[in-house]
Amino acid sequence: MAERVIYAMYDDDDVLKDGAKMLVAKGVKISEVFSPFPIHGIDPIIGIKNTRLGIVAFLFGITGLMLATIGMRFFMVTDWPMNIGGKPNFAYLDNLLAFVPITFEFTVLCAAHGMAITYMLRNKTLPGIPAQNPDPRTTDDKFVMEIRLSENTKYNSDELEKMLRETGLIELDQKDIK
Amino acid sequence: MHKESAIREPLILGHKTYHDVTEDVCRPIEDKAPKMWYILFGIALIIGLYGVGCIFYLLGTGIGVWGLNKTIGWAWDITNFVWWVGIGHAGTLISAVLLLFRQKWRMAINRSAEAMTIFAVFMAGLFPLIHMGRLWVGYWTLPLPNQFGSLWVNFNSPLLWDVFAISTYLSVSLVFWYIGLIPDFATIRDRAKKPVSKKMYSILSFGWSGRAKHWNRFELVSLVLAGLATPLVFSVHSIVSFDFATSIVPGWHTTIFPPYFVAGAVFSGFAMVQTLMLVMRKAMGLEAYIHTKHVEYMNIVIMVTGSIVGTAYITELFISWYSGVEYEAYAFINRATGPYWWAYFAMMTCNVVSPQLMWFRPLRRSLIFTFIISIVVNIGMWFERYVIIVTSLHRDYLPSAWSMHYPSHIDIGVYIGTIGLFFVFFLLFARYFPVLALNEVKTILKSSGESYKNAPDTHSHNDANHSTH
Repeated sequence: MAERVIYAMYDDDDVLKDGAKMLVAKGVKISEVFSPFPIHGIDPIIGIKNTRLGIVAFLFGITGLMLATIGMRFFMVTDWPMNIGGKPNFAYLDNLLAFVPITFEFTVLCAAHGMAITYMLRNKTLPGIPAQNPDPRTTDDKFVMEIRLSENTKYNSDELEKMLRETGLIELDQKDIK
Repeated sequence: MHKESAIREPLILGHKTYHDVTEDVCRPIEDKAPKMWYILFGIALIIGLYGVGCIFYLLGTGIGVWGLNKTIGWAWDITNFVWWVGIGHAGTLISAVLLLFRQKWRMAINRSAEAMTIFAVFMAGLFPLIHMGRLWVGYWTLPLPNQFGSLWVNFNSPLLWDVFAISTYLSVSLVFWYIGLIPDFATIRDRAKKPVSKKMYSILSFGWSGRAKHWNRFELVSLVLAGLATPLVFSVHSIVSFDFATSIVPGWHTTIFPPYFVAGAVFSGFAMVQTLMLVMRKAMGLEAYIHTKHVEYMNIVIMVTGSIVGTAYITELFISWYSGVEYEAYAFINRATGPYWWAYFAMMTCNVVSPQLMWFRPLRRSLIFTFIISIVVNIGMWFERYVIIVTSLHRDYLPSAWSMHYPSHIDIGVYIGTIGLFFVFFLLFARYFPVLALNEVKTILKSSGESYKNAPDTHSHNDANHSTH
C-alpha cells in the first residue's frame, strides 16, 4: 500500500534540530532524518535509541579471546607439545606470557571485524544495495526530515505542512512511497 | 553547542559553507587529472614495476641474490619491513588515538594518513613474504591442519606474533578506513554525472543514505574501532621490536625496545604524513583545510616522539656501559666508532638533532623547513633500523666470522620499488577517493571554521529582544 510522506528540507542542522524539537513538542512523530554528517543531539529528539553495537563488539572480543586460548592450548600443549630451548610446554599456565600477544591480537581481530560486519548488516549497507536518501543533496549540504502521515493521524497533511513551514525549511515535498 | 575558545586558531580557513567543503574535496576527483598527476604516476609506476621485476628475479633465483652472508643473515629486508611498518603507525595514531583525545585537527588529515598506513603496511608485508623465498608456501605461517604431524606453527615465537600482529593491524585499519569512507563515497555518488562513475561509487558506497540511526551507529563504531586500534597500534610495533628484543644478540637484547620502537614508529610516520600532506594540500588546493596550524601540531608530535627516541638512544648507550657486559658494551662502541660509524652518525643527526629544531616556533610553522625535516627524519629512521640490525650482527662473538654487508642491486631495487609502488597506490587514492573526511570536516565547520567561529554570537544578542530562542 502506498504511503504519503512529507519531506521537509533544511539547509542548516541547527534549524532542523530546533524545528524537530518544536514539532515533537506538538506531538508530531518524525520518522527519519537524512543528513550529510551526524547531527549531534538529534537522536533523543526524534526518539532514536542508542545503538548496542558496543555490546556486540564486546561479545565478539570475548569469543576471540576464548578461541585463541583454546586453540593455542590445543596446538602447543595437547596436540604437539614443543620443547623450545629446554623450556617445554607442559601446561598452558607455564607458558602463558608467550601466548599473550596472539591472544590480544586475535581478540582485537574478532571484536573489530565482528562489529564491522554486524554494523553493515544492521544498516543494510552492502555492495549493490541502492541508496534510499530522498534527495541527492542530502549527502552534500541539505538536511531532510521525513514525516509519515500514517504515523501522525491526529493531524492532516495541510496542518502538518503549516507547522513545518514555521520551522524555517527551504523546500517541502510530498511523495507516495511503497 | 558550537562553541570553542576564540583564541584557538580556526581549523578551517576562509568563508566555507557545507557545500564548499563538498566542492573542494570532490572537484579534484571529478575534474580531469592534471598533467602533473600523470607524470608522477608514470614515474612511480616505472619504479614500482622495476621493483616487481626485482622481486620476480629473486623468487626465480633465490634469496642468495640479496647481499646477505653467513654472518649478516638479516639486513635490508627486515630494515625495510620495520621502516614501512613504522611509517604506517602515524595513520592509526591520527585516526584512533587523536579521536579518543577528541583532537579535531585530525579530521583534515586522518583519511589520507590512514590511506598511507594501509599502503605502507602493504609494502611492509611484502618483505617477510619474499624473504620466504618460496612465496607460495606463505600459508605455512598459519595454524592449518597439515600432513606433517600435524605440525603446528610455533606460538612461542615472536615471528609468529608478528604474523598475527601485522595481519590484524592491516585488516582492522582497512575496515576502520573504509567505514569512514562509505558516507563520503555516497556524497560523490550523488554528485556523479557520468554513468560509469555513478555505478562505481554506488557500489563503493554500499547504498549509504545518511539516516539518523545509521549516523548513531557510525559514530559508535568509529569510537569502538578507535578504542580497539589504539592498543593495537602500540602492540604491533612492540611485537615488531620483540623480533629483536627476545633474541640474545648484543645490541638487540634490551627491554627498552618496545617503547623505543613505538615512539620511533610514530616519529617516522608523522614525518611521512608531513611529506605527503605538504605536497597534497598544494596540488589539490586544500590549503584552507590543512594549513600552518595542522603542520605545527604535527611538528610538535615529531618533536616529542623525536625526543623520546633520542632519550632511548642515549639510555641504550649508557646501559651498555653500566651493565658491565663486555659484549654489550662492544656492540655499542662498535656502532659509534666501528666501520658503520657513518650510519650511526646519520641516525643521530637526523633523529636526535633535527627534531629539536622544532622548539623554535618560526621553524615549526615554516612549510619548507618542515618538508626538509620530514625527509631528513625518514632517512634517519631508515638508518636507525639499519644500525640496529646490521651493526649488531656484523661483528658477533667470533672475530673470524666478522663481516660487512654490501647491498646487491636487487636489495636496492626491491627497496626503491616499494617506494614506487607506495606512491602508485597513494596517487590512485588521491585521484579517486575523497582525500578529506568530508562528513567529519563538516561537523567541525561551525565550531572551528573561521567564518562561523569569529562571527558575533547571534543567540546571546537576541536574547534581550526575543524570548523565542
